[in-house]
Amino acid sequence: MAERQTKHLLDFEKPLFELEQKLEEMRNLDSGRTTAVVNRSLRSLEKRVSVLRTSIYENLTRWQRVQIARHPDRPYTLDHIAGLTDGFIEFHGDRLFGDDPAMVGGFATFKGSRFGFTDRTVMILGQQKGRNTKARKYRRFGMPNPEGYRKALRLMKLAAKFNKPIITLLDTPGAFPGLEAEERGQAQAIALNLFEMARLPVPIVVNLIGDGASGGALGIGVGDRILMMENAWYSVISPESCSSILWRSWDYKEEAARALKLTAADLIDIGVIDEIVSEPTGGAHSDPEKAIHSLGEAIARNLEELDGFSTAELLKNRLAKFDGMGVFEEN
Amino acid sequence: MSWFKRQAKGIKTALNDQINVPEGQWVKCPGCSQPLNARELGNNLLVCPKCTYHFKMTSQDYFELLFDDRKFRIFDDNLISVDPLDFTDKKAYTTRLKNTRKKTGLSDSARAATGKVGGHSVSMASMDFSFIGGSMGSVVGEVITRAIKRACRKKTPLILITQSGGARMMEGALSLMQMAKTAANLTKLSDKGLPFIVILTNPTTGGVTASFAMLGDVHIAEPGALIGFAGPRIIRETMGQDLPDGFQKSEFVQEHGFIDMIVERKDLRGRLIHLLHLFMEAVPLAD
Repeated sequence: MAERQTKHLLDFEKPLFELEQKLEEMRNLDSGRTTAVVNRSLRSLEKRVSVLRTSIYENLTRWQRVQIARHPDRPYTLDHIAGLTDGFIEFHGDRLFGDDPAMVGGFATFKGSRFGFTDRTVMILGQQKGRNTKARKYRRFGMPNPEGYRKALRLMKLAAKFNKPIITLLDTPGAFPGLEAEERGQAQAIALNLFEMARLPVPIVVNLIGDGASGGALGIGVGDRILMMENAWYSVISPESCSSILWRSWDYKEEAARALKLTAADLIDIGVIDEIVSEPTGGAHSDPEKAIHSLGEAIARNLEELDGFSTAELLKNRLAKFDGMGVFEEN
Repeated sequence: MSWFKRQAKGIKTALNDQINVPEGQWVKCPGCSQPLNARELGNNLLVCPKCTYHFKMTSQDYFELLFDDRKFRIFDDNLISVDPLDFTDKKAYTTRLKNTRKKTGLSDSARAATGKVGGHSVSMASMDFSFIGGSMGSVVGEVITRAIKRACRKKTPLILITQSGGARMMEGALSLMQMAKTAANLTKLSDKGLPFIVILTNPTTGGVTASFAMLGDVHIAEPGALIGFAGPRIIRETMGQDLPDGFQKSEFVQEHGFIDMIVERKDLRGRLIHLLHLFMEAVPLAD
């Protein structure tokens, strides 16, 4: 995030930004000669900024949350890995076809002691987006090819071999919908991950940190605990694609976002996720360090809790968890 | 709401009534553009006699085609989709469900059955594209899951016939979770050393392909079936170019290593029996 240059503004953040700029100007004016009057208006403006930020962020629509989830300054997988671990060693390649830069992963020391728990070796992996045009293209916008899912599976099996817990970070607009991805079996790669993750004999903590679209996200999303950041979204399809299919137009993405009930608050109600990880007011992009810290605390606590289960219990509970998903009536 | 509660066991619709044209009428074959007599087509398992284009069959047709003496017992057709998200696009999901049940006489897009195939007891489930594009929501996930559990419990092979546009949008993340639910339950079938045969029919795409349809011990496809993850339209948009002929068709998917065999509809039952003989004879089963 160090290379962040321009401030990316979401539409609904503009009034806040304008007020913040005013505050900044006033502070600059103030330099040198502080008077009681200036100080008072400074305090009042600061308060207005804070109130406005709170009111915007407490009344977000589902579509606005989708926009926050995609904010270009939001912490991505490698930012979380850098913040949560020491000595991350990235492993490359699926040993079958190639290496996919849209999926990254490796062993590292998870800094649990920062949250009052123990440090421990983990396998940490997830979809990776790029931050500038070149990087975005290189990371394929965080949309993995089959070799990405196969690399993830290889790494997770390594973790199982060495009896290390797995942390997955989900952040993708979907699996890459390309000709070659189809030729190399995108569907089979995802399907096999779901199957194998259901029976990997080590704890798996799944974290939704931004975009969570469809099978492309779920492909590394089966585990014992499903944590979701407050402004992340997770659904069977993106609001745009849903709009295009059901409304036959790209213009109904806000309605689609509303209909899909894709926010953390929606999903905890229907049992798809276990825990909401709160973000700083203003979204994770307004204070990435704080956001990463919140996620770290939640992961540390959940890893500790999962230590209490035998492998047999872990697997039984994991199956029961997914077996119980769905809502229907029996006549 | 008695129209989705079937009174008689099994629907007894003759195959030649399944096509949406009155008897004696003609349909144009999408494969060879030849006009086909509807009755003749019905008598030929809905396969074009001229070019072997495979028209879609219903779950009922497949059960009747595959089970010994067309005898089988239907399960779980009392499972009904509800509307957990209160989903409305141009139409309310509840209205869509109601209309579709009425139109198709089905309770949802997957049905399960047990019976014998070549003398072997099997657990089977089959999908219906006519029900919201064969899409998978909570009910389909549960029907498939129960078929898996039935196979585990009775120590029989599992046969799934897929025909689906993918996960059902109107149940959002719950539909997505059905992929994980079915895949996770399949690990139990695998642990027990029981065979799992998938018959992929036209079309099998999206979340169904990316879960149980690609987890079989044997993948059989009907000729010319569309099989893939992303649909051709979105791939065309992504690539910005036309797709090669036959892209995502059974033959293409087999060439790339994801299908064991392509079997014409008339030979499906025979092939299934052959495989079941191979798998089930003198195979000690784990508990």
